[in-house]
Amino acid sequence: MFRSMLFLPGNTPKMLINANYFGADAVIFDLEDAVSPAEKDAARILVANILRDLDFCRCTKIVRINAIDTDDWKLDLDRILPRQPDLIMLPKASQPQDVLLLDEYLLAAERHSGRSPGIIALIETALGIENAYLIASASERVRALFLGAEDLAATLRCKRTKSGQEIAYARQRLVNAARAAGIDVYDTPFTDVNDDAGLSEDTAYAKSLGFTGKAAISPRQLQIINRVFSPSPDEIQYAQEVMEAIALAKEQGRGVVALRGRMIDAPVAAQAQQVLDAANRQGIKTEVLV
Amino acid sequence: MEIKKAAFAGTTDSCDVLVEISPSNSGLEITLESTVEAQFGEAILDTVRAILRENNIDRAALHIQDHGAFDCVLRARLEAAILRGRGAF
Repeated sequence: MFRSMLFLPGNTPKMLINANYFGADAVIFDLEDAVSPAEKDAARILVANILRDLDFCRCTKIVRINAIDTDDWKLDLDRILPRQPDLIMLPKASQPQDVLLLDEYLLAAERHSGRSPGIIALIETALGIENAYLIASASERVRALFLGAEDLAATLRCKRTKSGQEIAYARQRLVNAARAAGIDVYDTPFTDVNDDAGLSEDTAYAKSLGFTGKAAISPRQLQIINRVFSPSPDEIQYAQEVMEAIALAKEQGRGVVALRGRMIDAPVAAQAQQVLDAANRQGIKTEVLV
Repeated sequence: MEIKKAAFAGTTDSCDVLVEISPSNSGLEITLESTVEAQFGEAILDTVRAILRENNIDRAALHIQDHGAFDCVLRARLEAAILRGRGAF
Protein backbone atom coordinates (compact mmCIF):
# COMPACT_ATOMS: atom_id res chain seq x y z
CA MET A 1 0.00 0.00 0.00
CA PHE A 2 1.44 3.32 -1.07
CA ARG A 3 0.17 6.76 -0.22
CA SER A 4 2.11 8.30 -3.08
CA MET A 5 3.72 7.12 -6.31
CA LEU A 6 6.04 9.46 -8.19
CA PHE A 7 6.47 9.25 -11.97
CA LEU A 8 10.08 9.76 -13.07
CA PRO A 9 11.04 10.09 -16.75
CA GLY A 10 13.16 7.07 -17.62
CA ASN A 11 15.84 8.94 -19.54
CA THR A 12 16.57 11.74 -17.06
CA PRO A 13 19.51 10.85 -14.79
CA LYS A 14 19.14 13.93 -12.59
CA MET A 15 15.70 12.74 -11.44
CA LEU A 16 16.46 9.03 -11.39
CA ILE A 17 19.52 9.20 -9.16
CA ASN A 18 17.51 11.04 -6.50
CA ALA A 19 14.49 8.73 -6.70
CA ASN A 20 14.97 7.43 -3.18
CA TYR A 21 15.06 10.85 -1.57
CA PHE A 22 11.96 12.68 -2.80
CA GLY A 23 9.68 11.20 -0.13
CA ALA A 24 7.47 9.01 -2.32
CA ASP A 25 6.30 5.65 -1.00
CA ALA A 26 6.88 4.28 -4.52
CA VAL A 27 8.63 5.56 -7.64
CA ILE A 28 7.59 4.74 -11.19
CA PHE A 29 10.46 4.64 -13.67
CA ASP A 30 8.65 5.58 -16.85
CA LEU A 31 9.78 3.98 -20.09
CA GLU A 32 6.53 4.80 -21.88
CA ASP A 33 5.11 8.29 -22.42
CA ALA A 34 8.00 10.18 -20.81
CA VAL A 35 10.56 8.75 -23.25
CA SER A 36 10.69 9.65 -26.94
CA PRO A 37 10.72 6.73 -29.40
CA ALA A 38 14.35 7.46 -30.40
CA GLU A 39 15.51 7.21 -26.78
CA LYS A 40 13.68 4.05 -25.67
CA ASP A 41 16.85 1.97 -26.07
CA ALA A 42 19.00 4.30 -23.96
CA ALA A 43 16.30 4.74 -21.31
CA ARG A 44 15.85 1.04 -20.62
CA ILE A 45 19.61 0.61 -20.20
CA LEU A 46 19.75 3.62 -17.89
CA VAL A 47 16.84 2.48 -15.72
CA ALA A 48 18.30 -1.03 -15.50
CA ASN A 49 21.63 0.39 -14.29
CA ILE A 50 19.92 2.68 -11.77
CA LEU A 51 17.95 -0.27 -10.38
CA ARG A 52 21.12 -2.34 -10.14
CA ASP A 53 23.43 0.22 -8.56
CA LEU A 54 21.39 2.56 -6.37
CA ASP A 55 19.86 1.95 -2.98
CA PHE A 56 16.07 2.07 -2.81
CA CYS A 57 15.57 1.20 0.82
CA ARG A 58 12.94 3.90 1.28
CA CYS A 59 10.63 3.25 -1.62
CA THR A 60 9.14 0.60 -3.84
CA LYS A 61 10.46 0.32 -7.40
CA ILE A 62 7.91 0.26 -10.21
CA VAL A 63 8.72 0.30 -13.93
CA ARG A 64 6.13 1.45 -16.45
CA ILE A 65 6.89 -0.54 -19.58
CA ASN A 66 5.61 0.24 -23.05
CA ALA A 67 2.20 -1.03 -24.10
CA ILE A 68 1.82 -4.57 -25.37
CA ASP A 69 0.75 -3.38 -28.81
CA THR A 70 4.30 -2.03 -29.36
CA ASP A 71 7.59 -3.75 -30.13
CA ASP A 72 9.16 -2.24 -27.02
CA TRP A 73 7.52 -3.98 -24.05
CA LYS A 74 9.47 -7.26 -24.32
CA LEU A 75 12.71 -5.35 -24.84
CA ASP A 76 11.89 -3.34 -21.71
CA LEU A 77 11.27 -6.48 -19.67
CA ASP A 78 14.35 -8.30 -20.97
CA ARG A 79 16.48 -5.42 -19.70
CA ILE A 80 14.61 -4.63 -16.51
CA LEU A 81 13.61 -7.99 -15.02
CA PRO A 82 17.16 -9.11 -14.11
CA ARG A 83 17.33 -5.95 -11.93
CA GLN A 84 14.33 -7.11 -9.90
CA PRO A 85 11.86 -4.24 -9.83
CA ASP A 86 9.04 -4.72 -7.33
CA LEU A 87 6.20 -4.07 -9.75
CA ILE A 88 5.61 -3.68 -13.47
CA MET A 89 3.04 -1.12 -14.57
CA LEU A 90 1.17 -2.27 -17.66
CA PRO A 91 -0.17 0.72 -19.62
CA LYS A 92 -3.43 0.65 -21.57
CA ALA A 93 -4.68 -2.52 -19.88
CA SER A 94 -8.04 -2.88 -21.56
CA GLN A 95 -8.97 -6.53 -21.21
CA PRO A 96 -7.88 -9.51 -19.09
CA GLN A 97 -5.96 -10.96 -22.04
CA ASP A 98 -3.54 -7.99 -21.84
CA VAL A 99 -2.69 -8.94 -18.27
CA LEU A 100 -2.44 -12.62 -19.10
CA LEU A 101 0.04 -11.92 -21.90
CA LEU A 102 2.28 -10.01 -19.50
CA ASP A 103 1.71 -12.61 -16.79
CA GLU A 104 2.89 -15.37 -19.14
CA TYR A 105 6.07 -13.44 -19.97
CA LEU A 106 6.76 -12.78 -16.29
CA LEU A 107 6.14 -16.44 -15.45
CA ALA A 108 8.78 -17.49 -17.97
CA ALA A 109 11.21 -15.02 -16.38
CA GLU A 110 10.29 -16.34 -12.94
CA ARG A 111 11.16 -19.90 -13.97
CA HIS A 112 14.54 -18.61 -15.08
CA SER A 113 15.41 -16.30 -12.19
CA GLY A 114 13.30 -17.59 -9.31
CA ARG A 115 11.34 -14.39 -8.73
CA SER A 116 9.37 -11.91 -10.69
CA PRO A 117 7.43 -8.74 -9.97
CA GLY A 118 3.74 -8.10 -9.47
CA ILE A 119 1.61 -6.12 -11.89
CA ILE A 120 -0.13 -2.77 -11.62
CA ALA A 121 -2.74 -2.51 -14.37
CA LEU A 122 -2.96 1.03 -15.71
CA ILE A 123 -6.54 1.54 -16.82
CA GLU A 124 -6.79 4.41 -19.28
CA THR A 125 -9.26 3.37 -21.96
CA ALA A 126 -13.04 3.22 -21.99
CA LEU A 127 -12.84 -0.55 -22.56
CA GLY A 128 -10.44 -0.91 -19.65
CA ILE A 129 -12.86 0.88 -17.32
CA GLU A 130 -15.68 -1.46 -18.35
CA ASN A 131 -13.41 -4.52 -17.88
CA ALA A 132 -11.85 -3.32 -14.63
CA TYR A 133 -12.93 -6.23 -12.42
CA LEU A 134 -11.95 -8.82 -15.05
CA ILE A 135 -8.53 -7.16 -15.33
CA ALA A 136 -8.14 -6.94 -11.55
CA SER A 137 -8.91 -10.63 -11.12
CA ALA A 138 -7.17 -11.94 -14.25
CA SER A 139 -4.06 -13.02 -12.36
CA GLU A 140 -2.87 -13.27 -8.77
CA ARG A 141 0.05 -11.19 -9.90
CA VAL A 142 -2.19 -8.10 -10.28
CA ARG A 143 -1.63 -6.11 -7.09
CA ALA A 144 -3.44 -2.90 -7.99
CA LEU A 145 -5.44 -0.94 -10.54
CA PHE A 146 -4.30 2.54 -11.48
CA LEU A 147 -6.44 5.18 -13.15
CA GLY A 148 -4.84 7.07 -16.05
CA ALA A 149 -7.25 9.93 -16.64
CA GLU A 150 -5.40 11.87 -19.34
CA ASP A 151 -5.50 9.09 -21.92
CA LEU A 152 -8.97 8.10 -20.74
CA ALA A 153 -10.31 11.61 -21.41
CA ALA A 154 -8.95 11.34 -24.95
CA THR A 155 -10.72 8.02 -25.55
CA LEU A 156 -13.91 9.39 -24.00
CA ARG A 157 -13.60 12.41 -26.31
CA CYS A 158 -14.04 14.82 -23.43
CA LYS A 159 -11.99 17.61 -21.95
CA ARG A 160 -9.98 16.86 -18.83
CA THR A 161 -10.91 19.31 -16.09
CA LYS A 162 -9.65 20.10 -12.61
CA SER A 163 -13.01 19.23 -11.07
CA GLY A 164 -12.74 15.76 -12.63
CA GLN A 165 -16.46 15.30 -13.19
CA GLU A 166 -15.72 13.64 -16.54
CA ILE A 167 -13.88 10.81 -14.70
CA ALA A 168 -16.32 10.40 -11.79
CA TYR A 169 -17.73 7.16 -13.19
CA ALA A 170 -14.25 5.78 -13.95
CA ARG A 171 -13.00 6.56 -10.46
CA GLN A 172 -15.89 4.87 -8.72
CA ARG A 173 -15.93 1.87 -11.02
CA LEU A 174 -12.19 1.32 -10.54
CA VAL A 175 -12.39 1.54 -6.75
CA ASN A 176 -15.28 -0.92 -6.70
CA ALA A 177 -13.58 -3.34 -9.12
CA ALA A 178 -10.29 -3.29 -7.23
CA ARG A 179 -11.91 -3.74 -3.83
CA ALA A 180 -14.11 -6.55 -5.18
CA ALA A 181 -10.93 -8.28 -6.36
CA GLY A 182 -9.22 -7.61 -3.02
CA ILE A 183 -6.45 -5.39 -4.40
CA ASP A 184 -5.33 -1.77 -4.08
CA VAL A 185 -6.31 1.11 -6.36
CA TYR A 186 -4.45 4.33 -7.18
CA ASP A 187 -5.73 7.64 -8.45
CA THR A 188 -4.56 9.55 -11.50
CA PRO A 189 -2.07 12.44 -11.06
CA PHE A 190 -3.24 16.02 -10.62
CA THR A 191 -1.46 17.68 -13.50
CA ASP A 192 -1.23 21.33 -12.39
CA VAL A 193 1.95 21.21 -10.32
CA ASN A 194 1.52 24.84 -9.21
CA ASP A 195 -1.96 24.45 -7.72
CA ASP A 196 -1.45 23.12 -4.18
CA ALA A 197 -5.00 23.86 -3.07
CA GLY A 198 -6.40 22.04 -6.10
CA LEU A 199 -4.11 19.09 -5.46
CA SER A 200 -5.14 18.94 -1.82
CA GLU A 201 -8.83 18.98 -2.73
CA ASP A 202 -8.43 16.40 -5.52
CA THR A 203 -6.42 14.09 -3.24
CA ALA A 204 -8.91 14.34 -0.39
CA TYR A 205 -11.70 13.52 -2.85
CA ALA A 206 -9.80 10.46 -4.10
CA LYS A 207 -9.28 9.30 -0.53
CA SER A 208 -12.98 9.76 0.23
CA LEU A 209 -13.85 7.47 -2.69
CA GLY A 210 -11.66 4.68 -1.34
CA PHE A 211 -8.44 5.02 -3.34
CA THR A 212 -5.35 3.59 -1.64
CA GLY A 213 -3.12 6.45 -2.78
CA LYS A 214 -2.41 8.84 -5.61
CA ALA A 215 0.25 9.37 -8.24
CA ALA A 216 2.41 12.49 -8.51
CA ILE A 217 4.15 13.97 -11.53
CA SER A 218 6.41 16.25 -9.51
CA PRO A 219 8.25 15.73 -6.22
CA ARG A 220 6.66 18.93 -4.91
CA GLN A 221 3.25 17.19 -4.93
CA LEU A 222 4.35 14.43 -2.57
CA GLN A 223 4.06 16.23 0.74
CA ILE A 224 0.38 17.03 0.16
CA ILE A 225 -0.49 13.55 -1.12
CA ASN A 226 1.34 11.85 1.76
CA ARG A 227 -0.37 14.08 4.29
CA VAL A 228 -3.86 13.49 2.93
CA PHE A 229 -3.38 9.72 2.73
CA SER A 230 -1.87 9.48 6.22
CA PRO A 231 -4.23 8.94 9.13
CA SER A 232 -4.68 12.15 11.13
CA PRO A 233 -3.99 12.22 14.91
CA ASP A 234 -7.76 12.33 15.48
CA GLU A 235 -8.34 9.28 13.29
CA ILE A 236 -5.60 7.38 15.11
CA GLN A 237 -6.98 8.39 18.50
CA TYR A 238 -10.48 7.24 17.54
CA ALA A 239 -9.17 3.95 16.11
CA GLN A 240 -7.28 3.28 19.34
CA GLU A 241 -10.41 3.99 21.37
CA VAL A 242 -12.43 1.61 19.16
CA MET A 243 -9.95 -1.21 19.62
CA GLU A 244 -9.75 -0.54 23.36
CA ALA A 245 -13.55 -0.59 23.67
CA ILE A 246 -13.70 -3.91 21.81
CA ALA A 247 -10.98 -5.44 23.97
CA LEU A 248 -12.67 -4.23 27.16
CA ALA A 249 -16.08 -5.58 26.10
CA LYS A 250 -14.49 -8.94 25.30
CA GLU A 251 -12.82 -9.01 28.70
CA GLN A 252 -16.12 -8.25 30.41
CA GLY A 253 -18.01 -10.78 28.32
CA ARG A 254 -20.21 -8.13 26.70
CA GLY A 255 -21.42 -8.78 23.14
CA VAL A 256 -22.39 -5.23 22.28
CA VAL A 257 -19.80 -2.46 22.17
CA ALA A 258 -20.55 1.25 22.04
CA LEU A 259 -18.24 4.26 21.84
CA ARG A 260 -19.16 7.95 21.81
CA GLY A 261 -22.81 6.94 21.51
CA ARG A 262 -22.22 4.83 18.41
CA MET A 263 -22.38 1.04 18.20
CA ILE A 264 -19.08 -0.55 17.18
CA ASP A 265 -19.78 -3.28 14.68
CA ALA A 266 -17.46 -5.34 12.49
CA PRO A 267 -17.04 -2.74 9.68
CA VAL A 268 -16.17 0.02 12.20
CA ALA A 269 -13.66 -2.30 13.85
CA ALA A 270 -12.16 -3.21 10.46
CA GLN A 271 -11.77 0.47 9.55
CA ALA A 272 -10.15 1.23 12.89
CA GLN A 273 -7.69 -1.60 12.34
CA GLN A 274 -6.92 -0.24 8.85
CA VAL A 275 -6.15 3.18 10.34
CA LEU A 276 -3.83 1.65 12.95
CA ASP A 277 -2.15 -0.52 10.29
CA ALA A 278 -1.58 2.56 8.10
CA ALA A 279 -0.18 4.48 11.07
CA ASN A 280 2.16 1.61 11.93
CA ARG A 281 3.38 1.38 8.32
CA GLN A 282 4.33 5.04 8.52
CA GLY A 283 6.24 4.46 11.73
CA ILE A 284 3.66 6.10 13.99
CA LYS A 285 3.59 4.32 17.30
CA THR A 286 0.09 3.22 18.34
CA GLU A 287 -0.90 1.49 21.51
CA VAL A 288 -4.18 -0.11 22.49
CA LEU A 289 -4.64 0.10 26.25
CA VAL A 290 -7.12 -2.04 28.15
CA MET B 1 33.64 -5.98 -32.19
CA GLU B 2 33.47 -3.18 -34.65
CA ILE B 3 31.96 0.26 -34.42
CA LYS B 4 30.28 0.61 -37.80
CA LYS B 5 28.95 4.15 -37.65
CA ALA B 6 29.08 7.35 -35.66
CA ALA B 7 26.58 7.38 -32.82
CA PHE B 8 25.92 9.13 -29.56
CA ALA B 9 23.97 8.63 -26.35
CA GLY B 10 23.17 10.85 -23.39
CA THR B 11 22.78 14.60 -23.06
CA THR B 12 24.64 17.63 -21.78
CA ASP B 13 22.20 18.02 -18.88
CA SER B 14 23.46 18.08 -15.34
CA CYS B 15 24.12 14.60 -13.88
CA ASP B 16 24.28 13.19 -17.42
CA VAL B 17 27.07 12.51 -19.90
CA LEU B 18 27.13 12.77 -23.69
CA VAL B 19 29.07 9.92 -25.26
CA GLU B 20 29.99 10.20 -28.94
CA ILE B 21 31.53 7.18 -30.61
CA SER B 22 32.77 6.67 -34.16
CA PRO B 23 34.83 4.17 -36.15
CA SER B 24 38.62 4.44 -36.00
CA ASN B 25 41.51 2.66 -37.69
CA SER B 26 44.06 3.54 -35.08
CA GLY B 27 43.12 1.85 -31.84
CA LEU B 28 41.27 3.70 -29.09
CA GLU B 29 41.14 7.48 -29.08
CA ILE B 30 39.39 8.85 -26.00
CA THR B 31 38.91 12.52 -25.22
CA LEU B 32 37.23 13.69 -22.03
CA GLU B 33 35.66 16.96 -20.98
CA SER B 34 34.25 16.89 -17.49
CA THR B 35 33.01 19.36 -14.92
CA VAL B 36 34.70 17.16 -12.33
CA GLU B 37 37.80 16.22 -14.35
CA ALA B 38 40.28 17.24 -11.65
CA GLN B 39 38.66 14.97 -9.05
CA PHE B 40 37.29 12.12 -11.14
CA GLY B 41 38.93 12.29 -14.58
CA GLU B 42 41.01 9.14 -14.10
CA ALA B 43 38.08 7.20 -12.61
CA ILE B 44 35.89 8.19 -15.56
CA LEU B 45 38.53 7.06 -18.04
CA ASP B 46 38.96 3.78 -16.13
CA THR B 47 35.23 3.13 -16.46
CA VAL B 48 35.29 4.01 -20.18
CA ARG B 49 38.18 1.62 -20.83
CA ALA B 50 36.53 -1.12 -18.77
CA ILE B 51 33.27 -0.88 -20.71
CA LEU B 52 35.14 -0.91 -24.02
CA ARG B 53 37.02 -4.03 -22.89
CA GLU B 54 33.80 -5.73 -21.79
CA ASN B 55 32.40 -5.06 -25.25
CA ASN B 56 35.61 -6.21 -27.02
CA ILE B 57 36.15 -2.85 -28.67
CA ASP B 58 39.77 -2.03 -29.44
CA ARG B 59 39.22 0.43 -32.29
CA ALA B 60 37.00 3.46 -31.81
CA ALA B 61 37.10 7.19 -31.27
CA LEU B 62 35.19 8.45 -28.24
CA HIS B 63 34.43 11.93 -27.07
CA ILE B 64 32.98 12.13 -23.57
CA GLN B 65 31.29 15.29 -22.26
CA ASP B 66 30.58 14.62 -18.61
CA HIS B 67 28.38 16.81 -16.46
CA GLY B 68 28.73 15.02 -13.15
CA ALA B 69 27.21 11.67 -14.14
CA PHE B 70 27.19 8.83 -11.64
CA ASP B 71 29.14 5.74 -12.65
CA CYS B 72 25.93 3.81 -13.44
CA VAL B 73 24.80 6.64 -15.75
CA LEU B 74 28.17 6.76 -17.52
CA ARG B 75 28.05 2.99 -18.03
CA ALA B 76 24.51 3.18 -19.41
CA ARG B 77 25.37 5.94 -21.88
CA LEU B 78 28.52 4.12 -23.03
CA GLU B 79 26.59 0.92 -23.57
CA ALA B 80 23.84 2.71 -25.50
CA ALA B 81 26.37 4.54 -27.69
CA ILE B 82 28.22 1.28 -28.41
CA LEU B 83 25.03 -0.58 -29.33
CA ARG B 84 23.99 2.29 -31.58
CA GLY B 85 27.46 2.47 -33.13
CA ARG B 86 27.26 -1.23 -33.92
CA GLY B 87 23.92 -0.68 -35.57
CA ALA B 88 22.12 -2.79 -33.01
CA PHE B 89 19.32 -0.24 -32.59
